[in-house]
Amino acid sequence: MAELRVNPTRMELKKIQARYATARKGHKLLKDKRDELMKRFLDVVREDKLLRQRVEASLSGVYKSFGIASAVSSPNMLTEALMLPKKEGKLDVTYKNVMSVTVPVYSLEILGEGGSDSYNYGMAFTSGELDSSLRELNGILEDLVRMAELEKTAQMLAEEIEKTRRRVNALEHIMMPQYVSTMKTIKMKLDENERGNTTRLMKVKDMMVKAQMAGRNDGAESDEEYSEVTQ
Amino acid sequence: MYKIGIIGERDSVLGFMAIGFSVHEAPDVDTAGELIDALAKSGEYAIIFIVENYAEALSERINKYKDSPIPAIITVPGAGGATGYGMEAIRSAVERAVGADILGD
Repeated sequence: MAELRVNPTRMELKKIQARYATARKGHKLLKDKRDELMKRFLDVVREDKLLRQRVEASLSGVYKSFGIASAVSSPNMLTEALMLPKKEGKLDVTYKNVMSVTVPVYSLEILGEGGSDSYNYGMAFTSGELDSSLRELNGILEDLVRMAELEKTAQMLAEEIEKTRRRVNALEHIMMPQYVSTMKTIKMKLDENERGNTTRLMKVKDMMVKAQMAGRNDGAESDEEYSEVTQ
Repeated sequence: MYKIGIIGERDSVLGFMAIGFSVHEAPDVDTAGELIDALAKSGEYAIIFIVENYAEALSERINKYKDSPIPAIITVPGAGGATGYGMEAIRSAVERAVGADILGD
């Protein structure tokens, strides 16, 4: 593991220890965030999957009857029938905060008259299939909006999860081992210096003793003095 | 207040007019691509539905809008029937988040 290039001093050691503690705390928090995001994400995706299956099934019914309707009436007539809708779908968008991700919440508002009676054309020139096709389409309107909301939420959560996962991995596999190994290196260097120091002192002492011994042999000093020096 | 848009070929989208969507007919993929950008840029649309067969060809353009809350570009099956692309999009989101497809069948 590549290490940080720092001076092997106690000061740096302290600094890196502090950074390591922060990294560990951050790692734990981000991991928790990732797990919670994942939980929410999977809930959203499961609901979305069911909803999509339902919507796709009803839409194929809608297209089938619409296909028949357009086969029995001329394209111009069909366009004319649908051209001026009675109602207009408007969306009010509010935002919800899911684990610090801002996701939209849609509330549908239908402007215009007529709840179930939404046919904006006369019955005389259009076929019954068109009516049933539109009725079914009307039925899945809410589902369509809800599906859009869920899918958007899923997309945005997916992005956030990906980001968080990268951060967690970077901390876990790069930053933290880097700090650990740097701390180890600094400690080893400091210990080595310590040992070097001790050896040097011992060596110096040896030299001093030797020098004094040599001095006594020349100048015939007392035994007491000799024992004092060696102790 | 935002509008709901839908982009697709005539047969697929005409019916949505009646339920209050703002319908944009696109005879081919290129027109659909331009429509996406135009509608997204206008800022009036919160949801833009697009039929699957166009969405598949325009996935790059659609991915651009994936990370902003508005607009949501959502695929729906067209008159040709469901190609499974919409489901594929959910799968790819799961794969992006989890790192593996865990939805199953």
